[in-house]
Amino acid sequence: MSNVIQLSNVVKKYKEVTAVNHLSLKIKKGEIYGLLGPNGAGKSTTIFMLLGLTEPTNGEMFVEGVSPTVKPIEVKKRVGFLPDHVGVYEDLSGKENLTLTARLNGFSKLESDYKADELLEQVGLSHAKEKKAGKYSRGMKQRLGLADTLIKDPSVVIMDEPTLGIDPKGIQEFLEMIQRLRDERNITVLLSSHHLHQVQQICDRVGIFVHGELLAEGDIDSLQQQLLDKNSYQYEIETKESADRVAKLLTSQDNKIQTTIYDGKVHVTTKKRDEGELSKTIIDNGFHLLSFRKMSYGLDDIYQQYFQGGDTLGSGKI
Amino acid sequence: MDREKFSLFLQNTANSPFWVLVQKEIRDHITSIRFNILMVIILLTCIGSLYSALTSIRDVASNIDSSKELFLYLKIFTISGENGALPPFITFISLLGPLLGIAMGFDAINSEKNNKTLLRIMSQPIPRDYLILAKFTGSLFVIAFLVLMLGALIFSLGILIIGIPPTFEEFIRVFVYLMMIVLYIAFWLALSILFSILFKQAATSALSGIAIWLFFSVFYSIIVNLIVTAAMPEDLFQANQTQAMNQEKMTMYMRLSPNYLISEITTVLLNPGFRTLGPVTMEQATGAIPSPLGISESLTIIWPQVFGILALCTVCFLIAYAIFMRQEIRS
Repeated sequence: MSNVIQLSNVVKKYKEVTAVNHLSLKIKKGEIYGLLGPNGAGKSTTIFMLLGLTEPTNGEMFVEGVSPTVKPIEVKKRVGFLPDHVGVYEDLSGKENLTLTARLNGFSKLESDYKADELLEQVGLSHAKEKKAGKYSRGMKQRLGLADTLIKDPSVVIMDEPTLGIDPKGIQEFLEMIQRLRDERNITVLLSSHHLHQVQQICDRVGIFVHGELLAEGDIDSLQQQLLDKNSYQYEIETKESADRVAKLLTSQDNKIQTTIYDGKVHVTTKKRDEGELSKTIIDNGFHLLSFRKMSYGLDDIYQQYFQGGDTLGSGKI
Repeated sequence: MDREKFSLFLQNTANSPFWVLVQKEIRDHITSIRFNILMVIILLTCIGSLYSALTSIRDVASNIDSSKELFLYLKIFTISGENGALPPFITFISLLGPLLGIAMGFDAINSEKNNKTLLRIMSQPIPRDYLILAKFTGSLFVIAFLVLMLGALIFSLGILIIGIPPTFEEFIRVFVYLMMIVLYIAFWLALSILFSILFKQAATSALSGIAIWLFFSVFYSIIVNLIVTAAMPEDLFQANQTQAMNQEKMTMYMRLSPNYLISEITTVLLNPGFRTLGPVTMEQATGAIPSPLGISESLTIIWPQVFGILALCTVCFLIAYAIFMRQEIRS
């Protein structure tokens, strides 16, 4: 079974609002999948449905071949869930919080104890394991939450905005931990976030999710392809001579090329990938080439573009 | 072999997620400041009323006809101190019991929700109802333990001070009475758990519970009195029959209140002399032998009341259960 998580045409309606609209999604084993979207896009709703905590209005979903709507307990045995704010029993120590979860998953007292110690070590909390969890800092709670999701030996981990409210250094450590997890235990990770950079950093594939609809999906490169004008490439050329002349030269050589001048540099848009012809033409015509750079749009731009688009799309709908 | 099986069974039960939750619940309660404060208050009032009862028990005992059975231990529960300085144990427990029930349940579900622990528990592979069942069971265990301990305390202090062991019937009567108190507190517990599901704020839920408790323990009898007397014509013009009917009407309304039900149960269980709970006509009374009832007869009299409280408790819990099962997990 290659698809660990599979959703087909899932719809969730709350009274009048459609939170998730015909969502289809496939996530493979060992993949880190990022669900990227603004607040209220339906990311959490999707996650809750995957855990069997809410029922979809329509459509089917499977986690490792099991439907969370029909057999939520089976699914919860395999899936670890890390919410945005980890709920801890404040009167219990960090370790006791973990052993409680372990015992709810059917481990004996001894096993729970052992596993809790091991995981606390892994997430770097063993120094604070006897401390009341209520006194933990936000970052510590989140790390405790990660240990809590891992204590049941899940094959899938679902995280809902896991990095919310952690300081930058903490986020970095946290992301590294997630990546290490995938590498060491081959765990499939689905994480939702509205932080583009974090998603960009660790996710193998990203789905952009706005107002209940998946707008685009794929790895970062293919996302750019999907989202930007298809099959167009942009290059930035700087020469010693004036940019006008370069632009004129290039358009005269190939009428399919579009040029714009920006800040004394020529921006060239072509339909086909440049394999050195551009620079060769420039140099052959006696120009002094100072820099030649392939311009790629970062996800940043895409994200901005889509979320702005998404908002207007959404405000029309609601 | 059987013993091995049994211990294995015990082990499995203790390891099952449901009992893990119950254990956690019990642990939470007995380590919570709230429960301990209430326990200290109940213990103090209990010891206070016990002390005053034990100091005046001698007079009571000497006043009783030697031909009658003594039921000294039942007296310890029911008599108040000299010049009524301290009310008896039963008054205290029927007053503080509901408070205990409310205090243990009013934040059962909403605190889990506000702490986001509900989500964490619900994402574990356990059925959803385990949580609410464990909350109820755990609290009930603690309550039952506390109440039975109070009973044991009274018996042991009684034996120490007056030196007469309780008879078997006394023991059974007190035991049944204590179980009834547990049931009564369970009703308030179920009610407050219901409120903890309905209201997001723990304070709102606690206040609603206390409001209902106050309503039944203070205002309800006043309101019933008011309604029945307003509906009844002047005493002078009444035939005996209508008077009796009115009396019956009054008790009928009163019996809608759990407080009244438990007071009836208490009266019959701890006073074996009580033969009936309604008004008695002269014809009914003639020929009756003026001796105390046996425990089974007393139980027969209060059976409807017991089921009344049990039904109230069950209904409250079922409503809570149904709402909890349907509620969206995300707040």
